[in-house]
Amino acid sequence: MSTILEIRDLKKSYDGGFEALKGVNLSIEEGEIIALLGPNGAGKTTLISAICGIVMPTSGSVSVGGHDIGTDFRAARTLIGLVPQEVALEPFEKVINTVRFSRGLFGKRGDDALIETILKRLSLWDKRNNQIKELSGGMKRRVLIAKALAHEPRVLFLDEPTAGVDVELRKDMWDIVADLKADGVTIILTTHYIEEAEAIADRIGVIAKGEILLVEDKDALMLRMGKKELEVQLSAPLDALPASLQSDTVRLGPDGSSLIYTYDTRAERTGITKLLSDVAAEGLVLRDVVTRQSSLEDIFVTLVKEDAA
Amino acid sequence: MNWTAIKSIYVFEMTRFFRTFLQSLISPVLSTSLYFVVFGAAIGSRINEVEGVSYAAFIVPGLIMLSVMTQGISNGSFGIYFPKFIGTIYELLSAPVSFLEIVVGYVGAAATKAMFIGVIILITAFFFVDLHIMHPGAMVLFLVLTCVSFSLFGFIIGIWAKNFEQLQLVPLLIVTPLVFLGGSFYSISMLPPVWQAISMFNPVVYLISGFRWAFFGIADVPIGTSLMAIAAFTGLCLLVVGWIFRTGWRIRE
Repeated sequence: MSTILEIRDLKKSYDGGFEALKGVNLSIEEGEIIALLGPNGAGKTTLISAICGIVMPTSGSVSVGGHDIGTDFRAARTLIGLVPQEVALEPFEKVINTVRFSRGLFGKRGDDALIETILKRLSLWDKRNNQIKELSGGMKRRVLIAKALAHEPRVLFLDEPTAGVDVELRKDMWDIVADLKADGVTIILTTHYIEEAEAIADRIGVIAKGEILLVEDKDALMLRMGKKELEVQLSAPLDALPASLQSDTVRLGPDGSSLIYTYDTRAERTGITKLLSDVAAEGLVLRDVVTRQSSLEDIFVTLVKEDAA
Repeated sequence: MNWTAIKSIYVFEMTRFFRTFLQSLISPVLSTSLYFVVFGAAIGSRINEVEGVSYAAFIVPGLIMLSVMTQGISNGSFGIYFPKFIGTIYELLSAPVSFLEIVVGYVGAAATKAMFIGVIILITAFFFVDLHIMHPGAMVLFLVLTCVSFSLFGFIIGIWAKNFEQLQLVPLLIVTPLVFLGGSFYSISMLPPVWQAISMFNPVVYLISGFRWAFFGIADVPIGTSLMAIAAFTGLCLLVVGWIFRTGWRIRE
């Protein structure tokens, strides 16, 4: 895979001195789905707006497919599709005309077959001659996606695509995103639904107060998150782990006063019964037993709090 | 140049115009007819010829200019203000189009609409008065330049305006008085000398005078001066638009 989006030390500050982005660095590989998680006001939308040309960055560089967004903005923007957070559509225009307009705006010649495919895929074909104002909120969001796809972008930004939509439509959106990924489209989505990031992303980035706090492969993160720790506190500390307890999943806690066992909560057998019987067989006396789990939400909250401190 | 994008903007804007074509037409035709009835027939019958031209005919160029200027400004300002207001401007800003292409698309459409109205008023005028256009080429040139420059001016207002009140402010408080006092319904020579001198500071005087010259060969100011005035106004608007383009003022902040 090659890098399709390269963000280097991107900063954006406003006249009042407010720093919306404080030097963001991020590389995005072609064909991946990356979810940017962050609380409201974290800078997610500003980051997307700076990349797409809606706000002028104060400093730093961004290149899309090797094209700088400032000096080579035409080539860079041709590769980008943007689905904004707010539903912004011309209310009196017909669905099909507004989608055709988007394609033309990006300098592409009319292609009715393609527009038909896009509208059908988004279940909008039957509504193609309706005025936008006649559509439901969910349908309007679909129109925004159709507009963004009309010029066949290689990179698609979805800014909180499922904010305020019902569960069914959310699942539909996820299917659409999966389809696009299958076509090789790189997708960057922002969300504050952790569930959403878990469901569709390959990588997860956490952003807060204009800084990227973490970017990690989702599976690795899930692995960390899916694991649970069992801490067996001992009455008398140990110098070393007894031979019968030695394994990759057991380690001695600080001061040797506890055993820490890591296990997968989703596994058929957690191995807790065996561990406890091995502990009993070693004649160790237990003082207490504690379990804890780190979720993506925990990681997220901790990171954001650490940043705020 | 991204010609496809310019065409898309232009067609999209013109579609909006044609969607409300009847409303767009009825209003200027009706108001022009009223002007002809009130000024042409009622008052005009008591006014002698103005510089050899019947009063009803004399006011035709001024009426066309009046409509073309206000239409140019309102179309030009609304065309760009509406996407700002409803938020669809995000698409323009994220598209591979330069500001110049955006301006050509929007101002081109706004000027075309103003032109439509101007031509329709001219056609309406033929029903009321006996008209002969002495310099048709110059008439078209003045019409096109006025449509373009006032649409450009409207575009600037549309970018500047933060709300609908501001959008109406400049046309209502500045442009309408300038147009009415610019000799639409009278020759500047009819005014007392002091007001004649003051009128020379009104840029609209030069435009109406030039346009009237194209019709009847009579003018308050020399035709060359009129052409220079419209060229200067267009140039000024282009300079402001260029500055907006470089700074992203009120669009890409």
